[in-house]
Amino acid sequence: MSNRHMLIARRTFLAGLNLSVGGLALGFFSSDSLADEPSGKRSGPRPKTSSPAEEASSPGLNPNVFVHVAPDGLVTIVCHRSEMGQGIRSSLPVLIADELGADMARVKIVQADGDPAYGDQNTDGSNSVRGIYEDMRRTGATARTMLVAAAAKRWKVAPDTCEASNHVVVHRPSRRTLGFGELALEAGKQPVPKPAEVKLRPKAELRNVGKPLPLIDGPAYVNGSAVFGADVRLPGMLTAVIARPSIVGARVARYDASRALAIPGVKRVIELPAPKPPYAFQHWGGIAVLAENTWAAMRGRAALEIIWDEGENAAYDSEKYRQTLSASVRAPGTVLRSVGDAEGALARAARVMDAEYHVPYLAHVPMEPPVAVARVEGGTCEIWAPTQHPQAAREVAAQALGLPPEKVQVHVTLLGGAFGRKSKADFISEVVLLTKEAGVPVRVQWTREDDVRNDYYHSISAQRLTAGLDESGKVVAWRHRTAFPPIRSTFEPVNRPSVEDLQQGVLDLGIGVPNIRAEACEANAHVRIGWLRSVYNIFHAFSVNSFIDEIAHARGEDTRDVMLEVLGPARVVKTVAELGIEELPNYGQPLEKHPVNVERLRGVIERVTQLSRWSDRKKEGRALGLAAHRSFLSYVAVVASVVRNPDGKVSVDEAWVVVDAGTVINPDRVRAQMEGSVIFGMSIALYSAITMKGGAVEQSNFRDFRLTRIGEAPRKIHVDIVPSDAAPGGIGEPGVPPVAPAIANAVFALTGTRVRELPIMRALKV
Amino acid sequence: MSIRVRINGVDKELDVDPEMPLLWALRDVLGLTGTKYGCGQALCGACTVHLDGQVVRACVTPIRRADGHSVTTIEGLSPDGNHPLQRAWVDLGVPQCGFCQAGQLMTAAALLAKKPKPTDTEIDQSLAGNLCRCGTYTRIRAAVKKAAGLSEE
Repeated sequence: MSNRHMLIARRTFLAGLNLSVGGLALGFFSSDSLADEPSGKRSGPRPKTSSPAEEASSPGLNPNVFVHVAPDGLVTIVCHRSEMGQGIRSSLPVLIADELGADMARVKIVQADGDPAYGDQNTDGSNSVRGIYEDMRRTGATARTMLVAAAAKRWKVAPDTCEASNHVVVHRPSRRTLGFGELALEAGKQPVPKPAEVKLRPKAELRNVGKPLPLIDGPAYVNGSAVFGADVRLPGMLTAVIARPSIVGARVARYDASRALAIPGVKRVIELPAPKPPYAFQHWGGIAVLAENTWAAMRGRAALEIIWDEGENAAYDSEKYRQTLSASVRAPGTVLRSVGDAEGALARAARVMDAEYHVPYLAHVPMEPPVAVARVEGGTCEIWAPTQHPQAAREVAAQALGLPPEKVQVHVTLLGGAFGRKSKADFISEVVLLTKEAGVPVRVQWTREDDVRNDYYHSISAQRLTAGLDESGKVVAWRHRTAFPPIRSTFEPVNRPSVEDLQQGVLDLGIGVPNIRAEACEANAHVRIGWLRSVYNIFHAFSVNSFIDEIAHARGEDTRDVMLEVLGPARVVKTVAELGIEELPNYGQPLEKHPVNVERLRGVIERVTQLSRWSDRKKEGRALGLAAHRSFLSYVAVVASVVRNPDGKVSVDEAWVVVDAGTVINPDRVRAQMEGSVIFGMSIALYSAITMKGGAVEQSNFRDFRLTRIGEAPRKIHVDIVPSDAAPGGIGEPGVPPVAPAIANAVFALTGTRVRELPIMRALKV
Repeated sequence: MSIRVRINGVDKELDVDPEMPLLWALRDVLGLTGTKYGCGQALCGACTVHLDGQVVRACVTPIRRADGHSVTTIEGLSPDGNHPLQRAWVDLGVPQCGFCQAGQLMTAAALLAKKPKPTDTEIDQSLAGNLCRCGTYTRIRAAVKKAAGLSEE
């Protein structure tokens, strides 16, 4: 469906529900959770969130912590995953409501606090829909089963003669109906069926899933009332800005706070304890300035005089480290994948090609820098934070305060972007330590410079790919060596990637080459490494797709044809043996349920080349690049069109994305994620890099950590969603990995320059 | 020092450091948190507000510059959230995380006030200072055009 049709379809859908589309009071479903509390009891913006205890004590039907049906008919659905722009609050609750048979106009969505009662709340790995699709349906189906049982009991009929839809239970033979509200109290007295015993609806009965759905927080986003972590205010609160060490392992030797304390509004200066390796989610040490407002705290920090003991990382230089990684992939590593005899086949090959690819450190830079608010009172702690991982936040806070986790409440606000940064609870640790020490509520505000210089960086990497071609040019051997400091190094001492890292685009790479070898090479960590949207898939997809393009050009053939040839025939790989590996974490899902489906990968490649008129590109004088990748159990192919502007800059003027993510709940948010992935991938491909000298990050703000701006965005991003009933795959991340190689390949088509090192701005004017 | 400023049509008197950026006066002193902090150096546009109808980056505008003047923030863009841009933003599902959108809207509103039918280039140029990390740019362009009553191509 084209974008235009999509928009018309959405209007029709809303019109059918008799909703005001233009107004900001969309009646589709309401949300009071992340807008302000009613002003009467408010002392500042603070979102109303839900805890399991609160739901359980409300009268009505409470079969589980996710669904509540009140006697007045209001259905409350708890969203237990964090909203960071992926549209989860406009997706998961719809699924539950559809299973229940609720009328969306009488559904309210509230955000869950961090509590193990909700199960896993970690909002990462593109895992919310794909990981718990059936579990979430069961929560709604359980409530429906109990409402039906209550109605059947009252009518003295068999439950299987009744059904729930549109907020009522209907007795089919007599057409009698009872509203959900009328049944709520009686239903609450019914035995709660075991989750495995409840029957899920056939997919066709899910009324809203897969249809154009409105954005629940849209109105609050555009009128300024949406409450992000940065917006929370408590009475008597002080704002803290922290001078953190700029080098990993550096400590405060001594400091003088007298000038800082002389600034009007500055109340306290507190030294944070230095963290000990492994750093994990610990606070980062340094000196905090607490003040009545953010401006005073910032001025206070600037007035601190600190002498740092720089430690052993003061000699670290990322440019030299790049050379170290390069040397690492030029020597054999630990073999993690082996099919046939790659070394033998390379030795016998008619032609051997190899190429080395580099991607730098990257920072997350969500538009809302890390921020958190907390208060500690009488042995309990309350936290408001834009966290992707509220239970980790709770654990970290409990540990830092020496409290049992039950005494810590974490309220999840809206997240002003996250991309993996806000899974890490270092800023939570900071805020609770400062609150405890100061004895008043504290808000920690990171500046953009703090964020750029103290991130958990996306790992710097080197890839070396080697291919053996036979006389006809066919690829008969494939060797992939990869080196990057893994995320695990932030949590324990390790010095090379493992199976869990190489599963992202190396071990699960569905190529049909008879001889394959993949090796993990040494890479010691010197900075905090963390997961960034799409993680290792970024550099693995970049190198693999670039290399295929190189092979095609060397053979004088079409990249699409060579890509399909390297992938081999359409097939479904369901065993690790076929992949030549011992194990595949497979994003937490069994390989039988989510195989490496080469047919689907081929499908998105064929579709995207069709939509972009790939075959006509030379005739039409267009420079296109193609790339495709499986990640987070979804399949995405991208074609990028690159042009040279009159000012000599190379830019992306159009992009096509085809995504096969299996079943999708909210197609418009899927589309939005793909559009965003193109822009995010463009930043990686063209503009962004973090470098370190003297152990410290050289960039500081958007001036030198460059992101895509609107004038650089493509004129058009076409998104095509493959219709599918397959089990859902991820959406937030899989769009990103193919973008950079598609652009790099298009740049080659346009300029003849093969860029093997990102960002492209190092090689060309962009 | 006392600063007198009209905020969203209401006169306010503030006793603050005259060098305090307008952004922090709005957020920390007046409790108007719709205007966001994103960079502190006029690089991202998340803090965009109108000073006497002109676009300014509140993070680098000392509050003294607003003394005796009128400031409009996202909370005052329209009485009921029904500015054509706000409607278009919701209709086209522009926001993803939503954090930068107040700044995008304020910049776009100033553009439309000056140029009711902007060209593509004018839209891009006026919003060049507003970053969106989620990457909503193509929808932002479409929503500005929709609000301006321009068809998409």
